[in-house]
Order: sequence, then structure tokens, then C-alpha cells
Amino acid sequence: MTAPLLRLSGVTAYYGAIQALKGVDLEVHQGEIVTLIGANGAGKSTLMMTICGTPRARDGRIEYDGTDITRLPTHEIMRRGLAQAPEGRRIFPRMSVQENLLMGAHGRTGPHAAASAEEVFALFPRLKERLEQRGGTLSGGEQQMLAIGRALMSRPRLLLLDEPSLGLAPLVVRQIFGAIRDLNRATGLTVLLVEQNAYQALRLANRGYVLVNGAITMAGGGAELLARPEIRAAYLEGGH
Amino acid sequence: MAYALQQLINGISLGMIYGLIAVGYTMVYGIIGMINFAHGDIFMIGAFLSLIGLTVLGGVGIVSVPIALVVVLVVAAAITALYGWTVERVAYRPLRGSFRLAPLISAIGMSIVLQNFVQVSQGARDLNLQPMIRGGVSLMDEGGFVVQLSWMQVMISATTLVILAVFTWLVTRTRLGRAMRACEQDLKMASLLGIDTDRTISITFVIGAALATVAGMLFLLYYGSINFFIGFSAGIKAFTAAVLGGIGSLPGAVLGGLAIGLIESLWSGYASVPYKNVAAFSVLAIVLVFMPSGLLGRADIEKV
Repeated sequence: MTAPLLRLSGVTAYYGAIQALKGVDLEVHQGEIVTLIGANGAGKSTLMMTICGTPRARDGRIEYDGTDITRLPTHEIMRRGLAQAPEGRRIFPRMSVQENLLMGAHGRTGPHAAASAEEVFALFPRLKERLEQRGGTLSGGEQQMLAIGRALMSRPRLLLLDEPSLGLAPLVVRQIFGAIRDLNRATGLTVLLVEQNAYQALRLANRGYVLVNGAITMAGGGAELLARPEIRAAYLEGGH
Repeated sequence: MAYALQQLINGISLGMIYGLIAVGYTMVYGIIGMINFAHGDIFMIGAFLSLIGLTVLGGVGIVSVPIALVVVLVVAAAITALYGWTVERVAYRPLRGSFRLAPLISAIGMSIVLQNFVQVSQGARDLNLQPMIRGGVSLMDEGGFVVQLSWMQVMISATTLVILAVFTWLVTRTRLGRAMRACEQDLKMASLLGIDTDRTISITFVIGAALATVAGMLFLLYYGSINFFIGFSAGIKAFTAAVLGGIGSLPGAVLGGLAIGLIESLWSGYASVPYKNVAAFSVLAIVLVFMPSGLLGRADIEKV
């Protein structure tokens, strides 16, 4: 088996005195969709941000594509082929849709950026209709599409996707999950997906991890985790 | 009528200078949320460097006024840009992520350092420059009162408008401007998109310092007399202008500058000169009571 695209070993992270991650081990291989599920406050978003160096991991090691990125500044990590559509979407509210997309292009302009933008529009045609509109005035679903589109503008190898379904109508969620699957199949894009919507996430993913109080408690294939009674009880009962 | 027109002309000239300085305050506030109290002193250093430069060029016999002004402006702006960069690097960056008041206190310290440095190295007295741009046009004559528009005033407005046009283009149309706006709206997200945020912040300080130098040179040419303390008074006025216009808003800074300049000159013309600052700050207080985020500022409400 080849070396993983992303490997975390023994990663801890703190917010002030509070330990948010307690020695996380995790691997994502080229071409995989891996999901991270867990309750509110388990540390899922912290894990996604720690991979990008903000907050910085206190102990442990984060490797991307065979190199140690644990101590690199955030912008240098992100220039190596990672992209994140973060929790809360974080669209630039006073920039147009077009400018938001350009911000994702890592300074590539002209034909390169235009080609990337066309790929994004193929995925989310709605964005093309909203090109001149300010990011802050978009609907929640449109903002999520923009956040993912912006992350794709740099043509990343690894996409970190944090709660894309949060607050969205089921139809929009299906559309976004469909887009992730298509991208993965068509371009081999590797995805690390954080989700509260465990059922949909596990169905989409090749593998999954369960995060509880800052530590991984379970790992396995998507279908395998879906079948486990303790997962059903903790994350699936009552929904869907 | 003629008298009012004259006060208007004077007020606009003064307001343009305030506006140029205010842009520096508002840019830095927009991007890292702190008031750079040393900015007024950067303006003062810009004025001193202009004076030194013009005196030196005069000494070696360069008599063409436009060439002398451009050369001195470019050199002075480059040097103050270095000051701006250094101030940020030495006094503010190490405190980023610290409690909110820390960089503010550090800024006041920087301001005192720069003031005392100039006081010690250049002396505490007023230094003068012979008028370099003379003459003007008489716009109107009303019963012996002649309304004058001097070439100097024309130059102040023209320079300011050109500089602001270039600056607006930079912020709205270029990659660097986009990066600056991204940092202003969400610093962390900007870094997640591969923007070197420290570098972008440094560039903001550099640009702000260069704009303050333009203001410093115009101030020197307009009033012909400077000392180490002009940065404090002009800085406070420009800061007031930035707040009045809505801190964080670039058009607001210019509008606020013009407002403060006009209030000062109209009040001086019709009421009393010693109370002109009272008038300017009273207007600020009244505006903030009714419009807490200033004339063009936006209330900090964002869609979640």
C-alpha cells in the first residue's frame, strides 16, 4: 500500500488551557472519501483547522504527501494542494461571488482561473447566475456552494469539507453530496468530510472515523460503521 | 458670500490633507482592528523628510520645482514606508493575539518614541520653508474682499484626488487589493486560502505611511512651518475624521477629513479660532450619538 496523502499521528491541540484534541491518529489515502463523525463539540472542526495549522498542533505530527507540515505557516500549508471549505462557510461578505472565487485561485488569474471557474460552474450552475452579487447576500445553500467552489478553485488534491449540510434544505444537501461524489469519481479528488449528518456521510464515504471528546474511538469502512449498533444508537437514531 | 466661499476653499484644502492621513488610520483599523497612534508621527516624519530633501536639493542648485517635489516625495515616501513597516514589525506584530489593549499601548509608546526622536535629532523649534508654489487666481471681488484660490490649494486637491484614485484602483481592482480586503473581512479565512496575512498587513502599513508622507509634504508646502509636534494634532484630527466617516471605510475617511476641515475653517471664520477644535470634536460627539458607526460606516451585523 502506498503512503497516505494525509497522516496524523498523536496530534493534540489546545484552546487556551482546554485540550480539544487528545492524540488523534488518522490517515487519508489518495482518491478516498473519508468522513469524520461525532457529536457537537467533539473537536471535529478543531481537527480540520489543526491540519491547516490554526490552531497549531502542540504534540504529534501531521504529514501531507510525505512531508512534515506540522510547523509550517498556514498559508504555506494551503499552497501545497490542500483546500478547506470551513465550518460556517466563511464567505467574504463584502466581495462579489466572482471575487470570492478568485480568492480561492491562489493568485492564479487569467485563463487558469477562468478554467477553474468553469469547472466550478459546471458543478454549481447557480453560482454563475450570481456572479456579481455580494457574498453576504447569498442564501445559505448558495454560500455553501460558493465555499466549496472557492476551495476547488486552486484545484486541490485534498479537500477538507466541514459540515457542508449544516442548516441546508434536504434537496440542497443531496445536490452538494452528489457534487462531492461526482468530483471524487471524475477527478480522483481526495476528500476529508466532517459531518453531523452521519447517515449520509457514511453512505458517501469509503471509510469513517468517530471522534468523541477529542479522541478517535472507532474507525472502519463506511458501510461497516453504518451497520454497528453503537453508531446507530449514538448518531443515527431519530434521524433519517 | 465671498467670505463663505473663501472659508470653503480653505476648509477643503485642509480637509484633503486630513483625509489622506485618515485613510491610513482606517486601513489599519479595518485589517487588524487597532488604532495606530503612531500614524500621525509618520506623517510628521514625512513632513521633516520633505523639508530636508527640498533644502538639500535647493542647496545643490536644482531649481526646477516640479522635479524637486517629485524626487523628494518619492524618496521621503520610501523612507517613511520603511518606518511604517518597522513600527508594525517591532511594536505590533509581536503582540498580535495578545489582549486587545496591548498593541494600542504599544502604539502610544511608538508615537512618543518617534516624536522624541525627531525632537532630539531636529530640534524642538519650528522649521520653515520658503514658499515654493506662489500665486493663484482671484475668483471674485465683493466690496474689496477678494476670494483667492492659490495654486498651492489647487495642488493639494489635485494631488489628493489623483492619489486616492490610484489607491482606490489598487484596492478594488488588483490582486493585492483583493488580498487586503480579504484580510480585512476574515483574516483566518484569508490564510486558509494561501494568503500570507503577515505580509499583507505589512504592506498595509507601508501604503498608509506613504499616503501620510504625501500629506506631510503638502502640509509643509501649505503652511511653510513644521515642528516635531504636528503629528499629534494632525493625527488626532485625522483620527477623528476616520471615526466620523466610519472607521474601516475608505470613502468615509476622505469624507470625514473634508468634514473636519470644513468645520474648522468655517468655525474659525464665523465664530472663534481658539474654539475650532471644540467645534470639530463636538460635531464628532453629536454624530456618534446618532450614528454610532459614523457617516459611512456599517453596523457590525453579519448574516450567520
